[in-house]
Amino acid sequence: MNHTKGNRVVVSVIGQDQKGIIAKVTAILAKNDVNILDISQTIMQDFFTMVMVVDIKDFQGDTEALSAQFKPLEDEMGLKIRLQHEDIFNFMHRI
Amino acid sequence: MSLAFQEIMETIRMVEMENLDIRTVTMGISLKDCAHPDVQLFQENIYQKITTKAADLKAVADKIQREIGIPIINRRISITPIASVGVKFSSSDYVEIAKTLDRAAKTLGIDFIGGFSALVHKGMTNDERNLILSLPEALSSTERVCASISVATTKAGINMDAIALVGETIIKASEASKDQNSLACAKLVVFCNAPEDNPFMAGAFHGEGEPDVVINVGVSGPGVVLHALKKYPDADLTEVANVIKKTAFKITRAGELVGRLAADRLNAPFGIVDLSLAPTNATGDSVAEILEEIGVEVCGVPGTTAALALMNDAVKKGGSMATSHAGGFSGAFIPVSEDNGMIAAVEKGALTLSKLEAMTCVCSVGLDMIAVPGDTAPTTISGIIADESAIGMINKKTTAVRIIPVAGKKAGEMVEFGGLLGRAPIMEVSQYSSEKIIRRGGRIPAPIQALTN
Repeated sequence: MNHTKGNRVVVSVIGQDQKGIIAKVTAILAKNDVNILDISQTIMQDFFTMVMVVDIKDFQGDTEALSAQFKPLEDEMGLKIRLQHEDIFNFMHRI
Repeated sequence: MSLAFQEIMETIRMVEMENLDIRTVTMGISLKDCAHPDVQLFQENIYQKITTKAADLKAVADKIQREIGIPIINRRISITPIASVGVKFSSSDYVEIAKTLDRAAKTLGIDFIGGFSALVHKGMTNDERNLILSLPEALSSTERVCASISVATTKAGINMDAIALVGETIIKASEASKDQNSLACAKLVVFCNAPEDNPFMAGAFHGEGEPDVVINVGVSGPGVVLHALKKYPDADLTEVANVIKKTAFKITRAGELVGRLAADRLNAPFGIVDLSLAPTNATGDSVAEILEEIGVEVCGVPGTTAALALMNDAVKKGGSMATSHAGGFSGAFIPVSEDNGMIAAVEKGALTLSKLEAMTCVCSVGLDMIAVPGDTAPTTISGIIADESAIGMINKKTTAVRIIPVAGKKAGEMVEFGGLLGRAPIMEVSQYSSEKIIRRGGRIPAPIQALTN
């Protein structure tokens, strides 16, 4: 089984809707050499909700290090940004 | 493969709002090769082996938790039942051994170490007796050591001599830890048909037939099941079973992934996923509330046992599809102190000890985390254990008793244990005596396996 060996990570962003969320999140990804593969965004129960699938093969470090890059933005905009390896989603919902 | 937005959001919601967690990653370690007649060398051997084999357990579990974004609550170790490795140790030797195990747990930063155990369902060696005698001091002078005693099996019958001794031991353990609300008793489980591969404390030990080292995982998620059920207030019970089954599947898959990753990284074979609904004191993370959502006004009223049977079976059906090896207790835990719904039901007078006993016939464990008055007679404790063992023995299932006579407290009072152990209302026990049946001693013969009616 090829688990958590790939480079695809799911980035989810949840928080109060406000201007500039997508711009600031994607800027951090670009700065860290992370490529966005897929992006979907919606407003759910007044909450801004964005899910991205990104490729971190060119990022120097692991998901934790990347996660840390988002910390200042989380505090600044009151967002919850989490990074999870794609395997948990594939594994949980699909046979 | 593309990822669906809905599935991602569902997973995030399960973790963020519904308390989905991996309850434990437990490393089982055989201590058979540590046997030594000199108690000091024996302690050195077990300390060395445990701290070597599990050196990376905490770090690996921490890292997996961060990678997949699902919390792993406990990191634990289970070991060969220590009385099975002991050679000729006295009770005071066993107390020292417990302290060594506690020290190993603290060095490794793990939450609990289980297996300070003796299997005496058919008979007791001197060593095993000494271990049981050491329990009051061993459990009150250590923090992370958990003990279990197997007193009955369907094949061997019920060892009533052992049950008499354990009843007295529980009262002594209660007194020995009276300044901590008799917490020592919360770290001791008495078993019938003990599972040898279960990752849940206090009953975990590394059984016969297990490899040198193994990784077992315990999953949980009553909150997730409760939330799923709330979406179907008018569904019939077949549909209710189906919803629980589907949810249990997803929860167990998360456990399967964690187990495979942990086993891989710790260089150990992957044993089992114990697919259980184990409650916590977090809001909504309650088995009792699931039963109430299924349709009983308060847990404990007529209909509760039927609801529990439905739920327990559905959890097993969904979970067993999700993992290659299901094992351990698998089903539902109904501890009183760890489940807000159960606590409320006891306080309302809807849930009694006898109803709980009936409920244990259809779920995976037994009387778990039940607080009773401190002045309960040892023979009454033994009687409760004997009854619960009989249920397990006759029905060919695991049952267990984790009962806490709280020194100095009376029925109706509340006792706080803290952490995952929660708080419990003291329940009433029968005022009439079980002394004669316990005093008789001997062994209740194993039941006939044919003529099952």
